[in-house]
Amino acid sequence: MAALGAAGAPAILQTRGLTKTYAGVQANVDVDFDLPTGQIRALIGPNGAGKSTFVGMLCGRIPATRGTVMFDNKDISRLPAHRRIRLGIAYTFQITSVFTGLSVRENVALAAHRAGGTEATVTEVLARVGLSDRADQPAGDLSYGHQRILEIAMGLAQKPRLFILDEPTQGLAESEVAEFKALIRGLSGTTILLIEHNMSVVMETAQFITVLNHGAILAEGTPEQIRANPHVQAAYLGTEDA
Amino acid sequence: MDRALALHLGVIAALGLAYFVLPAYHAGNLARIMVLAIYAMGFNLAFGYTGLLSLGHALFFGAGMYGLALSMQHFGAPTLPALLIALVASALVAAVVGALALRTKGVAFMIVTLMFAQAGYLTALYFSAWTRGEEGFVLPQALRRFAGFDLSSAAGRYFAALLLFALTLLLIGAIVRAPFGRALIAIRENEPRATMLGYDVQRLKWFAIIVSGTISGLAGATYALLFGYAGASFAAVPYSILPLLYVLLGGAGTTLGPLVGTAFMIYLFDLSSSLTDAYMLIAGVVLVLLTMFLPQGMLGTLRKRALPWLP
Ligand SMILES: Nc1ncnc2c1ncn2[C@@H]1O[C@H](COP(=O)(O)OP(=O)(O)O)[C@@H](O)[C@H]1O
Ligand SMILES: [Mg+2]
Repeated sequence: MAALGAAGAPAILQTRGLTKTYAGVQANVDVDFDLPTGQIRALIGPNGAGKSTFVGMLCGRIPATRGTVMFDNKDISRLPAHRRIRLGIAYTFQITSVFTGLSVRENVALAAHRAGGTEATVTEVLARVGLSDRADQPAGDLSYGHQRILEIAMGLAQKPRLFILDEPTQGLAESEVAEFKALIRGLSGTTILLIEHNMSVVMETAQFITVLNHGAILAEGTPEQIRANPHVQAAYLGTEDA
Repeated sequence: MDRALALHLGVIAALGLAYFVLPAYHAGNLARIMVLAIYAMGFNLAFGYTGLLSLGHALFFGAGMYGLALSMQHFGAPTLPALLIALVASALVAAVVGALALRTKGVAFMIVTLMFAQAGYLTALYFSAWTRGEEGFVLPQALRRFAGFDLSSAAGRYFAALLLFALTLLLIGAIVRAPFGRALIAIRENEPRATMLGYDVQRLKWFAIIVSGTISGLAGATYALLFGYAGASFAAVPYSILPLLYVLLGGAGTTLGPLVGTAFMIYLFDLSSSLTDAYMLIAGVVLVLLTMFLPQGMLGTLRKRALPWLP
């Protein structure tokens, strides 16, 4: 039987009891999380809440201390990162990580080809994110903002079923943030898990929001529900739970 | 035909012509350079393209050398089977050493590969009843033939070296543009990113070591075959360091850098040894200067400054 997410649609991703302890620091504690297929979900929370750790455990970059991760009703908890990616997960790092010594086109091609894409995929993705005229430049020569966009392009080129983005708009200019919002909204069919600090991005793109605080889920709901939630406001103001 | 392939074919053709143009002494040198350049090309696949700094490639060179020389010397194997035995031996050694050494990274990887090579060297000494240790043994001239050609003659040696050099260069040229080679470059450039694109980094590195070790073994076997000698000094530490020097000098991660670097170093040793006994010192000084002023090696610098398409 297909597991059902909170919204009733089958969940593409589920975690149960997911926990990470770093030498005594409890970064994530027993996180039970359901992400329905096709949803755009924002994951928010104060700095150090454990957001990056959580998504790191989803894609296998960070080994979990305990707990399970189910992707498409398959237990992927024991799979190494590259095997999880091959199942249809794409991931962008919080700290920009591209192949700076290689051309922009080669960056996207490395992503596309591994996922079965062709040169046409590469050309199409470059055009979609507006990097076509920089395709032959070394990625290291791009501005910071363009490097972040390149990393998103690499994710798109993988044609993922689940796209995890860790603070993709961090450090982007206003115009680039606007383009990013449009890009995300234009991705029909892809489930998106977006860690984001920029509230305008969260409110305008996310259909549903999960708030993480001190490594545990503090609240979940629609943007309106989250905005009105006094616990969330308290967490962001830095006071203890109201 | 694209520029990279045209360049490779041009270099091969030029090397073929060189035999008829150069004085015999230099043609002899060039034969040796081509064989050692095969070794450097093998090393370059691991170091220059995958970013794996092994300090133990003499083990693979030695496995190829002994694979060929022992099977010829003690079992009378003809050239082609002996060459195949050499390739299988070096591939197996590389597969085992790679599987173990790749559990480590960085400095630990350097040390582990160095240790394996040292163990291989000591093994060659231990079985000196067969290998005659440091002193080595000379391969009977009668065995060093292939398809009617005498590989101990100047021409036989030169063109055999050229043939194997050419095959290796074309193979490397094809590998580095194929998905496999591009994935290796991705690993060198940013391993976590490559993993998070779905590349099985550990397995790709292992394959890289196996191909690199087999090509190094081919070089060792070719050396024994063409120069008629196998000895344990070829499996010792200096023979692990030399390909690193050749590749650094010529340009790591370029297809022709190994040839250029090998030629440069061989002539540098040659010239400086005629001036002074301390030729290693001169070679060292020149190396320090080159790495200070050309940190990407000759062809790496050329690619960066003028010819971005250089393979
Ligand atoms: N590699 C690590 N070693 C030790 N502690 C870590 C490590 N990574 C993260 N942490 C700690 O885990 C907690 C959660 O971090 P992180 O997941 O990066 O939070 P967020 O992404 O929400 O800002 C923080 O207290 C952080 O200091
Ligand atoms: Mg974070």
